[in-house]
Amino acid sequence: MFDRRLIEHFDWGLLVLILLIAGTGLMVLYSAVMAGWQGNGLHYLFKRQLIWMGGGAVLMTGVLVFDFQKLNKLNLFIYAACVTLLVGVFLFGHSGGGSQRWISFAGVSVQPSELMKIALIISLASIYATKVSPEGLNFRQLLKPAVFCLIPVGLIVNQPDLGTGLMLLLIAGSITLFVKVEKKVLLILGALSGFVLPVVWFFGLKAYQKSRILTFLDPDRDPLGTGYHIIQSKIAIGSGMITGKGFLQGTQNALAFLPEQHTDFILSVLAEEWGLVGCTVLLILYFLLICWGLNIAYNCRNLFGSILAFGITSMIFWQIFINVGMVMGLMPVVGMPLPLVSYGGSSVITNMVGFGILLNISMRRFYTS
Amino acid sequence: MVELPKTNERDWMKQRVMAASLCVLIVFMLLFFRLVYLQLIKGEEYHRLSETNCVRLKSIKPSRGLIFDRHGELLVDNRPAFDLVIVLEDTGPVPDTVSLLASLIDEPYVDLMDQIQKAGNAAFYKPIVLRKDISRDQLAIVEAHKFDLPGIYVEIEPTRHYIYPGTASHLLGYLGEVNKKELESGMLPHVRAGDHIGRYGVEKSFESYLQGRRGGRQVEVDVNGRVVQELKTVAPVPGQNLHLTLDLSLQQLAEDLLEDRDGAVVALNPANGDVLVMASNPGFDQNDFIGGISTRNWQALMHNPGRPMINKTIQAEYPPASTYKILTAIAALEEKVIDGDDTTFCPGFYMFRGRRYHCWRRHGHGHLNVVNALAQSCDVFFYLAGEKTGVDALAQYANGCGLGRPTGIDLDHERQGLIPTSAWKRKRFNEAWYPGETLSISIGQGFNLVTPLQMAVFTAAIANGGTLYRPRIVTAVKDVNGNVVKEMGPEITGGIPAGKHTLDLVRKGLTEVVEGDRGTARSIRIKQIEMAGKTGTAQVFSRKTGEKFDNENQKRTLRDHAWFVCYAPAQNPVIAIAVIIEHGEHGSSAAAPVAGTLVKKYLGLPGPEESFDDASEG
Repeated sequence: MFDRRLIEHFDWGLLVLILLIAGTGLMVLYSAVMAGWQGNGLHYLFKRQLIWMGGGAVLMTGVLVFDFQKLNKLNLFIYAACVTLLVGVFLFGHSGGGSQRWISFAGVSVQPSELMKIALIISLASIYATKVSPEGLNFRQLLKPAVFCLIPVGLIVNQPDLGTGLMLLLIAGSITLFVKVEKKVLLILGALSGFVLPVVWFFGLKAYQKSRILTFLDPDRDPLGTGYHIIQSKIAIGSGMITGKGFLQGTQNALAFLPEQHTDFILSVLAEEWGLVGCTVLLILYFLLICWGLNIAYNCRNLFGSILAFGITSMIFWQIFINVGMVMGLMPVVGMPLPLVSYGGSSVITNMVGFGILLNISMRRFYTS
Repeated sequence: MVELPKTNERDWMKQRVMAASLCVLIVFMLLFFRLVYLQLIKGEEYHRLSETNCVRLKSIKPSRGLIFDRHGELLVDNRPAFDLVIVLEDTGPVPDTVSLLASLIDEPYVDLMDQIQKAGNAAFYKPIVLRKDISRDQLAIVEAHKFDLPGIYVEIEPTRHYIYPGTASHLLGYLGEVNKKELESGMLPHVRAGDHIGRYGVEKSFESYLQGRRGGRQVEVDVNGRVVQELKTVAPVPGQNLHLTLDLSLQQLAEDLLEDRDGAVVALNPANGDVLVMASNPGFDQNDFIGGISTRNWQALMHNPGRPMINKTIQAEYPPASTYKILTAIAALEEKVIDGDDTTFCPGFYMFRGRRYHCWRRHGHGHLNVVNALAQSCDVFFYLAGEKTGVDALAQYANGCGLGRPTGIDLDHERQGLIPTSAWKRKRFNEAWYPGETLSISIGQGFNLVTPLQMAVFTAAIANGGTLYRPRIVTAVKDVNGNVVKEMGPEITGGIPAGKHTLDLVRKGLTEVVEGDRGTARSIRIKQIEMAGKTGTAQVFSRKTGEKFDNENQKRTLRDHAWFVCYAPAQNPVIAIAVIIEHGEHGSSAAAPVAGTLVKKYLGLPGPEESFDDASEG
């Protein structure tokens, strides 16, 4: 029984936005990897990214087929499966880049911490959908979501993958604030952390741990490592000026001054070659994307769907904010890809699945539970 | 589910979404303003910086920690080495510059171009090393012509400098360039490609203290690559200094005494296990390893039959020979199979199961007690004592005395020696233990193997009343300001499993070895103090009992190893020594004089060099 209304309600606008951003991303990636490429034809990283995008599109379509409310029923199962995978990484995982994040199934490596983002959003949406009240949540109601959130965060930070752990906390925090928390609870939590943090800082941490955190917050403390990345990134961005140096004309890019230019720092390539104009266009596209997601949350007639849509949107939002802020020297340097633009399979797949869920909610927005 | 009234729910949702949208708008405005700041307001400046690509990262290497001996004498420091580098981007036509340089410093043009080729894909703006450690003359020429040589720079590299080349080379160790595998392992977070790390000896064991932390500068350079302004600097943290227990002058004397003979000398302070001397001959010049050892030098070291790359004090295992009789005496006395007054008659051989086991003294020692047996190193006495004690009990005492296990010194590659048991033989050869083999091990032949350091630790323990110390080579690690970062106190690893009565008897026997009229090491006796020791002659080539042997014409590599262990003064010991001379023939003639001279030097005893008589022993 296929509902014809689904086709009528399909969110073409969102799809177009996604395609525009993905197209921009591929163009920038092309420039980032093809500069200085000596081989024949396309750079292998570019080819791989095309494959990831194709696979992501298939998954996105797959996510459209079933009613998103099934996720509500399956949430515990999905959550448990992802946590099991994370424990599996802890026990059998293999490392890449200094931390243990990957686990292999039949030859395919997956990064369970990425899947965990979606699983946590689904679980929190499911929990909060039964608890929402105009006054906001009280302490007792926050207990279960807190436990659901802290288990995977603990496992991921232990990998150690600080960036993704922080991401989960930000997403969970956003969703919680979105469904509203009692003022009293907010005040107490704020005061409590204001008290506990200094105590931990002065008595709980060793000098080297403090120094690591300070460097994280202020890359200038490490001018030879991340600080150097930041200054090169700022030079690349600033040197683009208004209209940029032109496609494939970036000098910072060509001379490989930029670290991670095809992954986390890819925005600097766009900024150098397309200038303020290009960056503004991309920022507007992202802004529209986020607003679109919030609009889907607003229009959904089903509380679970609304919170789920908001959660996915917040996941996209935080990636954009942290990545762009980091590349421009506003934020600490953490491994955070720019959605649909940075090279990287895990990021492409997770975000595409997220968009699939958004499209799904959008086309079933008139469904009530 | 908490059902909200439908209209309220819409209002509520609208309010939440609006709040979220507001946050998003603010964040995007913030990002946009930052973009405008970077690209419009600061755009010109960054554009200029990007055009010249002139922000460079210059690393500042830390200076490696210094190494001192126990009296604060500097053993290892750093000297500046001048490396010639090229930055391709600043050079202009590369072949022109390089050929001019080649003719100026008189190096083959092809060699220099090779270095550039080898660097391959190294970024355009990164310095490529053309020649390491150029001479002062070459430096002067390059500096004089620096305006004709764009893109050619001289970089000053702190380089390791061993002040006394070849002295204590095995203990101090050497450095080597870090390899790709080590860099990728993630075990050396502060090390970069091209850095040197400790590869051997103290340089390796204490790498983490000596290393220091790299610093660096972010600088803006002009078209000629000269620094226009420093943007940021991180000062390097110098490595920490090591204070060794080694006594430089005693070490040098020990190495001189070994001359061209292969062998090893260890001297310990019996009161705390401090290693005063650790000499292994032949050695090597650590300075040869700096900047990569040449193939020719390496081949020479590897093919030298004296095995110069081995620290013989800990990496070579020898049969302990007669020095092991100390252990047999302790075991037999403690097991009460003999006592101090028991005498044994030595006719020059011992008949055991139809076979003659010879004493080194063919016509026998006559009647002796344990003290005399040690003094004269009578084989027959110890055949009997060992036989009564049994192989497994002997092994138990040997292990208790620190033999057959590593001493735990802070150096890599330490061997543990071998103390056989009947169970070991069954496992190793699938054969029962033969009683005759117990006789062999009782006098330190057979399967027994020990390192010179183990024997020194054992001797030191006898000297100090039975305490086994972990040999200590570093007393303190200090930072550049002289503050103590880490102090290493003496560490006790066990005690000789013997009572005072037993130790007193053994010590009396060992004193008689030097001081007694028939002692095997009486030739090194000196007037001022009493010494105690034990000679040993380890068979390299197992000869059949009774076979006549012509030592003069025997191939050198088949000659016996000479052992001597000792401590002095006998009553109040301050030094314990183990000496082995490979193929030195007799402990009394080859090894004992080395120890005797060291003792005199250490105790500051004056007097002309006494000529040591040639005494013979088996």
